[in-house]
Amino acid sequence: MKKKINPFWPSMAAVFIAGMIFTEVADNEFYFFASYVVLQAVIMATAWNILGGYTGYVNFGSAGFFGVGAYTAIALHKAFGLPLPLLILAAGAMSGLIGLGAGYLTLRIKGVYFAIATLAMAIVFETIAINWEFVGGASGAYILTPEEFLFFDSYIEMLFMLILSLAIGSVVVARYLSTSRIGRGLAAIRDDEIAAECNGVPTLKLKLISTSVMGAMMGVAGAPYPFFVTYVDPASAFNLLIAVNAIAMPMIGGTATWLGPVIGALVVGGMQEIITVTISSEMNLLVVGVMLVGFITLAPKGIVGLVQDYLKKRRSR
Amino acid sequence: MKSFKTPMWRGLILASSISINIGKAGYGPVQVLHDVAISVNDGETVVLLGSNGNGKSTLLKCVMGIITPEAGEIVLNVDGKSIDLVGKAPQEVVDLGVALVPEGRRLFASLSVEENLILGAFRNAARAKIDENLNFVFETFPVLKERRRQLAGSMSGGEQQMVAVARALMSEPKFLLVDEPSVGLAPILVSRMIAKIKELKELRDLTILMAEQNFNQAIKIADRGYIIVHGQIEFEGKSAQDLKDNDMIKQYYLGA
Repeated sequence: MKKKINPFWPSMAAVFIAGMIFTEVADNEFYFFASYVVLQAVIMATAWNILGGYTGYVNFGSAGFFGVGAYTAIALHKAFGLPLPLLILAAGAMSGLIGLGAGYLTLRIKGVYFAIATLAMAIVFETIAINWEFVGGASGAYILTPEEFLFFDSYIEMLFMLILSLAIGSVVVARYLSTSRIGRGLAAIRDDEIAAECNGVPTLKLKLISTSVMGAMMGVAGAPYPFFVTYVDPASAFNLLIAVNAIAMPMIGGTATWLGPVIGALVVGGMQEIITVTISSEMNLLVVGVMLVGFITLAPKGIVGLVQDYLKKRRSR
Repeated sequence: MKSFKTPMWRGLILASSISINIGKAGYGPVQVLHDVAISVNDGETVVLLGSNGNGKSTLLKCVMGIITPEAGEIVLNVDGKSIDLVGKAPQEVVDLGVALVPEGRRLFASLSVEENLILGAFRNAARAKIDENLNFVFETFPVLKERRRQLAGSMSGGEQQMVAVARALMSEPKFLLVDEPSVGLAPILVSRMIAKIKELKELRDLTILMAEQNFNQAIKIADRGYIIVHGQIEFEGKSAQDLKDNDMIKQYYLGA
């Protein structure tokens, strides 16, 4: 047993405190808008990695879960005027349930077929949203921002702290899933599903846990989105770009650990925000595409893998 | 190597046996097994002989619950109870004390040797004795202890086979199913692996059902055996000698 305290918890607390200080110090609202997008990406990448990285099932339907989260929040907000924390819970539950159902229906298929099935599922949900008049249908829904923002100076500062807390929460869940016995079972499924079964790993149960948690976390990321952009239409909430980012970020950061998607989201998401401002918003996708191709061919283990290999080499020297 | 079969300290041992009676089993529309009946009694090493594509692995997969036979029963007698394994999920079969060393080893290539072994003890009952069993397999296969941190996928074929056998033992099975331990190994390593399985059987009071193509190796540790051809049992040898003397074997393996 190590005597050292695990640095994970203090660093998470430090991130939270740094966020609080940031809201006091920074006065340019752009930083909060940009950080919101990056932190949302952290949640999405972390969620994707639970199924895609730990379990080895590549999922193209991230936008579906995200959009369902956003639209659950819109519908409940409009119907009952529920407060945001409750909307987040409800959206997480809804997308988690859809993750569970999708798992039941699609986990019998593997590889490319699974990826296509998840992509199709996202399109189904988008079509439902387009045809649902209550939430605005194809023309979209407007959300009015509240007048009060707790003890924060502005609305966006409150949303920033909210998404930061959610991002920390998702990282905690992802880390638990990767380091616990469940994580070992998921890794076994990724490496060899039949061998996992032979060793008594309850593969179906673990895969369903994996899809449910993935879905729930993406729904949680989607719930505050309408309040962030204040106008949502199906084309933006179910945008394929969301799914592409959710895949690219863990791949670039490294899929083997919980840290990979966080780093990938911070690097890629941060770069996208910088490029949007300095060059153009159309360059975003190009950058993601080029980085993805580069990493897959040159460093398939991602940034985390590169650093690990480097440290190993230095140690053995 | 300990020579006694039933250690005195172990107390009451209830006989455990398995009788397999499969009418029909296969993959979707492809029927592989046709009316196969075999049995394995307590403490026996039974070999299932046959060349590729005759249904050996399918039969073992049926026992594990990876394939559910369309017709038939697989009755496991253990701890004084009779349990039909047909329709049970693989993890339930593992819980009942059956473990499979799969064909082609099927290790978790990106995990370390130690993680592979710990995964062998995934079930609750096995998890309680994980340290004890880990020590046991490290004693049996000292090379695995040296390489516990190495990625399983980066080991040689012989070492990988050791990991596969050791991983199966981590679940504390009473029944060990071994599927083609000789595949892809040099003859000397096959010999050693077969001897090791015999040693483990005596140390752990295992009952073994082993599918193998390599007749001469398998016969070294067999108490008796079956020859399976095109999904049917063509010959039942009551003893190793019986199998050796059989004309079918000569025809089958020697082309005579």
